Amino acid sequence: MHLALGLPLHPARLCYILNHMVQYRPAQLDVSFAALSDATRRGILEQLERADSSITDLAEKFDMTLTGMKKHVGVLEQAGFVTTEKVGRVRTCKLGMHRLVEEAAWIERYRRHWDARFDELDKIVEELKRAERVDGRKKRK
Amino acid sequence: MDGKRESEPNAMKNPTTLERKSERELVVTRTFNGPARIVFEAWTKPELLKQWWTPKSLGITFVSCEADVRTGGTYRFVFSHPDFEQPMAFHGRYIEVTPNSRIVWTNEESADGPISTVTFEETDGKTLLILHELYSSKKALDDAIESGSTGTSAAGEQFELLDELLVTLVK
Repeated sequence: MHLALGLPLHPARLCYILNHMVQYRPAQLDVSFAALSDATRRGILEQLERADSSITDLAEKFDMTLTGMKKHVGVLEQAGFVTTEKVGRVRTCKLGMHRLVEEAAWIERYRRHWDARFDELDKIVEELKRAERVDGRKKRK
Repeated sequence: MDGKRESEPNAMKNPTTLERKSERELVVTRTFNGPARIVFEAWTKPELLKQWWTPKSLGITFVSCEADVRTGGTYRFVFSHPDFEQPMAFHGRYIEVTPNSRIVWTNEESADGPISTVTFEETDGKTLLILHELYSSKKALDDAIESGSTGTSAAGEQFELLDELLVTLVK
C-alpha cells in the first residue's frame, strides 16, 4: 500500500512536511534532516519504496554488517520515516506513514468537519438576518 | 439580491482555516456575513445549534441537545451514528460566557479534553469567528490526532485529502 504513496521522497510531500515542522517542531526537523542527510539512508528509503525488506536483506543489498544496518534503520525509525515489526526472528522494515503526514491529513479532515458545520451556520445566519429585516419592517409600520 | 445568493450558495462562501498553532493548540477561523449577535445567537440557542452542528457529511445526528449557555452553565450533546449501537455523549461546562463576543467551555467526555474558546469579532457587519482549542499537553493533542487518524478513517482516504491539500499548497 505504501508503494504507491512514494513517501517520503516525493518533493512536494517532503516540502510540505518540512514546512509544517519549521512552524512548530524545530527539534523534529533536526531529527528528520539528520536522517535524510546520509546517502545510504536515502537509498534504504528508496529500496523500501519498492518493497518491504528485512534488516538482513537490507544489510546484504547495501553490503553492510547487520549491526551497521540496524543503526541506520534505527535513525530512520526515530525520524518516523520507517517502521519495523518483528515476526519470529525476522525484523521487517517498511516505509512509515510519517507522523507529520498523518497529522496534516487529520488537520485537513478536521478543517473540513468545521467547514461543513460553518456552511450550515451560514444558512442560519442568513435566515436570522432575514427574520430581523422582516421584524424591523413590522415594527416601523 | 437575496434570490441570487440562494441560487449560488458557493459564490458567497467564506473559507475555513485550521492550524496547529503550537504543540497544544488548534485554531479554526471563519468569517460570517452577519453581525456578531446573530452568530452568537446561532451558537447559543440549542434549537438553532441543532440545525448546523451535525451537517450530513459528519454522519452523526442529534439524539438530544441541552445547552445552558451562561457562565457556570453546562451542556450535553448526545449523537447517534449508524456505525455505533450506543449513542455518544459530549458534555462539559461553560467557564465564561460574554454575550455576543466570547464563550469558553470544557470538553469533559475524555480526561484529556481541550478547553475551547470561541470569539466573535464584528467589523462592518461581518463577523470573524475564531475557535481555539487548548489541550492540556502536547501528548493530549498528539493522542487526539492519532486516534482520529487511525480510528475512523482508512489511510487511503487520508492521503486523498492530503493530495488535494498539496495541490492547493503547491499552486
